[in-house]
Amino acid sequence: MNRINKLFENKKQEILSVYFTAGYPGVNDTREIIKQLAESGADLVEIGIPFSDPMADGPVIQKSNDKALKNGMSLRLLFEQLKDIRAEVNIPLVMMGYINPVMQYGIGRFSEKCHETGIDGIILPDLPFDVYMQEYKQVFDRFNLHNIFLISPQTSERRIKMIDEASNGFVYMVSSSSTTGIRGSISKEQEDYFVRLRDMGLKNPKLIGFGISNHKTYAHACKYAQGVIIGSAFIKALDGEGSLKEKITRFVKAIRG
Amino acid sequence: MNFNVDESGFYGEFGGAFIPEMMYPNIKELREQYLKILADKSFQDELRLLLKDYAGRPTPLYRSARLSGLYNTNIFLKREDLAHTGAHKINNTIGQILIAQRLGKTRIIAETGAGQHGVATATVCALKGLKCVVYMGKLDVERQQPNVLRMKMLGAEVVPVYSGNMTLKDATNEAIRDWINNPVDTHYIIGSVVGPHPYPDMVTRLQAVISEEMKWQLKEHTGKEEPDYIIACVGGGSNAAGSFYHYLDKPKVKLIAVEASGKGVDSGESAATMVLGRPGVLHGSRTMLMQDEDGQVIEPYSISAGLDYPGIGPMHSFLFKTGRVIFDHATDDEALKAAFQLTRTDGIIPALESAHALALLNKIKFKPDDVVVVNLSGRGDKDLATYMKYLDSFI
Repeated sequence: MNRINKLFENKKQEILSVYFTAGYPGVNDTREIIKQLAESGADLVEIGIPFSDPMADGPVIQKSNDKALKNGMSLRLLFEQLKDIRAEVNIPLVMMGYINPVMQYGIGRFSEKCHETGIDGIILPDLPFDVYMQEYKQVFDRFNLHNIFLISPQTSERRIKMIDEASNGFVYMVSSSSTTGIRGSISKEQEDYFVRLRDMGLKNPKLIGFGISNHKTYAHACKYAQGVIIGSAFIKALDGEGSLKEKITRFVKAIRG
Repeated sequence: MNFNVDESGFYGEFGGAFIPEMMYPNIKELREQYLKILADKSFQDELRLLLKDYAGRPTPLYRSARLSGLYNTNIFLKREDLAHTGAHKINNTIGQILIAQRLGKTRIIAETGAGQHGVATATVCALKGLKCVVYMGKLDVERQQPNVLRMKMLGAEVVPVYSGNMTLKDATNEAIRDWINNPVDTHYIIGSVVGPHPYPDMVTRLQAVISEEMKWQLKEHTGKEEPDYIIACVGGGSNAAGSFYHYLDKPKVKLIAVEASGKGVDSGESAATMVLGRPGVLHGSRTMLMQDEDGQVIEPYSISAGLDYPGIGPMHSFLFKTGRVIFDHATDDEALKAAFQLTRTDGIIPALESAHALALLNKIKFKPDDVVVVNLSGRGDKDLATYMKYLDSFI
């Protein structure tokens, strides 16, 4: 069974998924960040593949992408770093990035490498639904990789149902019409959207991401979905004082409250 | 052969809409509405009137006697430099502002490199009284001060972009991010035949007025609608798409697109996407793209700020692959030389972009009875500072 499905079967609420950009802050921090996240009690880790033009990302993740590329991060290097990661880490791992680096690496080769490495899911925000169905689904399925789709407050009900039908891990609920980034609180408008989605009774569990940054927004969002995804706030925390272990432990603790 | 976009937004393997979900509703609305709006009579009436009375169309098709003598053939210049704001860009912005109004949008955003598209967008926003925000790389803001000032004079907000390399590619990223953050009231006027479907087709159709006019103008001059050659410069490719459009299905007309090879295709400082690129995805479409082996986009270089884009419109990638259009290139020096030549043969200062198309006249062996059209896409006032640096070397 795919580790993502296992996670959602065993845990129904307060699931914490954390995104980081591979190659940031240091090019060789990848393994240590994943290990520390797992040890601190994160439920799922999203490994970001850096790209030169991250069009859906706000300033914090843009900067981490730039720095990671300057540090020399690439998909090839990332797969080398992740070799045998499954000897140390058991929580689900998801790769997240833009389509072009994956396309250039080769979708078949990428999927096979993900499978070998023990990756459970893929998030490619600029991969269109129909192209996924025609060109990617079969390959992902063969290697037991779940494709995670995004939905936003503007996504129509009909489209949400279609996406839910085609999903088999979880649905990534973008919390507001925005790029990634830190916002202080959750608005009434967002809450209405969360309620609307909750009441639709999707077959897949939902994680809420974009703008979740602290215990308050975490706890608030957890009321409406199985859990949350945090990216920018975590990357900011990595800039702080102390060892990776200290920073990560402190961060996860603060979010859980 | 059919060179039009198919129902799913592709030209062969190129095109599509590789966009995050947050952009989907806007792109879907545009995709479902643009052909209906373009075909609507009230839209067409308003567009035609503005193109004529406001933008100054038709732009002349001018036979240059001295260039014709120099190259022993018949050379015509399609004078897009005489359109309002000084380039063909206004054809697209007038069309898109009318589309935006019909979609009920009240706020306009745009990206700009050299500032020509930014000025053309600020102009139509002033005309229609709509709020206008133009994203421009911080480096371009510094390099293209006159156009920044024009946009401000016209009431637009110019936002300098500090991300990436701070040029056109990054300005486009930032405009896309703005649209993601403002999904309801905003229309994004993309300046070229790039971006997710339906932009490449929509902008091509709006620029097609160039070749539509060429047909009857050539008939007046030469007795027939079809020339032997049409030559246009290409960055994203909107003036080339517009001047080729009505001749795509006329195989006898040789269509030549000229990319900027900067300091030479092998110099590492070039923008010749067709030579240096391979298929990839940038700004929402699959197209030829300058990128490293890991799929990271490479920053291009050209002396002309309007041609230094790492991708190219997906229709052009298809026209390149099928061989319908011949892609050639000209260096900075070749373009400068051609620009100075035109100022002295015809008293016309061309834009640096258009000078790349003129440079190709030296590379083709024409027959005396050939009819050659060069699309003079813009005027060179904005490039005077660059030209002045080279005045002594080329005259």
